[in-house]
Amino acid sequence: MIELIGAEKTYPGGVRALRGVDLRVAAGELVAIVGPSGSGKSTMLHLIGTLDRPSAGTVRIAGHDVAGLDDAGLAELRARHIGFVFQSFHLSEHLSALGNVADGLLYAGVRRGERTRRAAEALRRVGLGHRLDHRPGQLSGGEKQRVAVARAIVGEPALLLADEPTGNLDSAAGAEVLAILRRLHGDGTTVAVITHDNEVAAAAPRRIRLRDGRIV
Amino acid sequence: MRLAASDVILVGVEGLRSRPARALLSALGVAIGIATMVAVVGISASSRADLLDQLDRLGTGLLRVAPGDTVFGGAARLPKTATRMVRAVEAVESVASTGLTGVPAYRTGHIPQARTAGLLVQAATADLLGTLKTPLRRGLWLNAATERQRAVVLGGLAAGRLGAGPGDQVWIGGQWWTVVGVLDNSTLAPEIDRSVLIGFPAAERYLAFDGHPTTIYTRAADEHVVGVRDVLARTVSPEHPEEVKVSRPSDALAARAAATDAFTGVLLGVGAVALLVGGVGVANTMVISVLERRREIGLRRALGATRGQVRTQFLTESLLLSCLGGAAGAGCGAAVTLGFAVWRDLHAVIPLWALGGGLAATLLVGAVAGIFPAMRAARLPPTLALATA
Repeated sequence: MIELIGAEKTYPGGVRALRGVDLRVAAGELVAIVGPSGSGKSTMLHLIGTLDRPSAGTVRIAGHDVAGLDDAGLAELRARHIGFVFQSFHLSEHLSALGNVADGLLYAGVRRGERTRRAAEALRRVGLGHRLDHRPGQLSGGEKQRVAVARAIVGEPALLLADEPTGNLDSAAGAEVLAILRRLHGDGTTVAVITHDNEVAAAAPRRIRLRDGRIV
Repeated sequence: MRLAASDVILVGVEGLRSRPARALLSALGVAIGIATMVAVVGISASSRADLLDQLDRLGTGLLRVAPGDTVFGGAARLPKTATRMVRAVEAVESVASTGLTGVPAYRTGHIPQARTAGLLVQAATADLLGTLKTPLRRGLWLNAATERQRAVVLGGLAAGRLGAGPGDQVWIGGQWWTVVGVLDNSTLAPEIDRSVLIGFPAAERYLAFDGHPTTIYTRAADEHVVGVRDVLARTVSPEHPEEVKVSRPSDALAARAAATDAFTGVLLGVGAVALLVGGVGVANTMVISVLERRREIGLRRALGATRGQVRTQFLTESLLLSCLGGAAGAGCGAAVTLGFAVWRDLHAVIPLWALGGGLAATLLVGAVAGIFPAMRAARLPPTLALATA
């Protein structure tokens, strides 16, 4: 599902964020990518999420070599195969939970009625079937992150990327979100969680530790 | 993967709805520009249509003959035979004349001599109304009997100033005269509006009028009017044609119709400047919007939006903004035109090309104002959503 071969990333200005990383994550795995800040976690997430391209080396996601895809191709890869969950939720305050989740299908070519139907279903999967018409402002932090998870999985992506998904949550809400991620993993989704929280990392069967741009 | 048109618009509306006050204010700028332009065109088109309508109704075949000055600087007089001579000219359809009596008219005999209210007591021939195409508002016109009696017909203005109508009496030359009719406005000969009209025979008998006409009105078919005009002076006064002034009253109407065009051009320019300022406002709003919504842009890229889709989204928002303003402006401009038409008692005319032009200008402004911010939005790297946590 995820394949990095000698992946390097050097930013303009000379910062070498990743220095030759080799990584294989098989379909259906749940992995935690851990490391202190500055270790290259975010850069790795960008590469895995196809939001950025490596300076050198190969990145292959769901069987597609990132180097061989143009902007539209990468966008389609993200729309169909990758779901993102962010630390700060990134929900639109002006849309209901349902509208926010439905937007997860906007760029996958799904019609509006179908988007809404599947959004409701996804919200029920994360236990928010009773909160469809609530706006983010009316939801707790844990509920917001569950809405964000619902948006990430509404398109039934093969790969779910979560960037510090519990970073802004108290431990109870964090545990709830982790439980959902584990359940998704149980349903067969490949899940990669980026975190510096050892408790979160301990919950994953496989941990990948990064330090100074290398896997250790 | 392309978005359905309805989704593109939906996402654009969503973007504007997130900051309604700002959207309304920047749309207002465009609205003011479009409203100005539509109103300017509408008002001038309405006025013009009214003038042309009057020209159509009144024709352009009327000529007005009046005495000029003699070579010695004195006032010339038209010969008594002038009316008959003009009638003999080929292609002349009708002739009428009026003669100033120099006697004032009063509501009663108790009004001080000096308070004449600016009214002219004029002798008039029977075919005056037909020649001028001035309609009768109330009562009757002078006929063969009443033109010999102390009967008067009031011009529209004169009736108002004297406060008199058919059946009332007015005081002229120390005697009571009976009002038999009141005229409507006389567009081609405004001097008739201020006149108190009596018959030539009555004027000579009761007011010691000398019988010399002071104005001759003649109507020829529109295509002959130039030819008739050229011979009129010599016909009226064969010995002193230079003492005769011939004019074509419809020229003034035509000139006014033409003048609205020049005026419209200037005001349209003012409207265009307003629209330009409105467009700058939209561009400014869009630039700020892109800066503020980097997170949203990153998120959309992560959800699978292509660069093109981000660009389309912001361009759509810009177009929606300006169209919102354009529609409101066109509505306001039309309302102003309508209000003006009601006030001035005209038919409101809003040319389709003005609305079409307004729409085109609106789209152009929206596109030009949006293209640069939209391109900037599309160039933002997708990693932004994660970077600006």
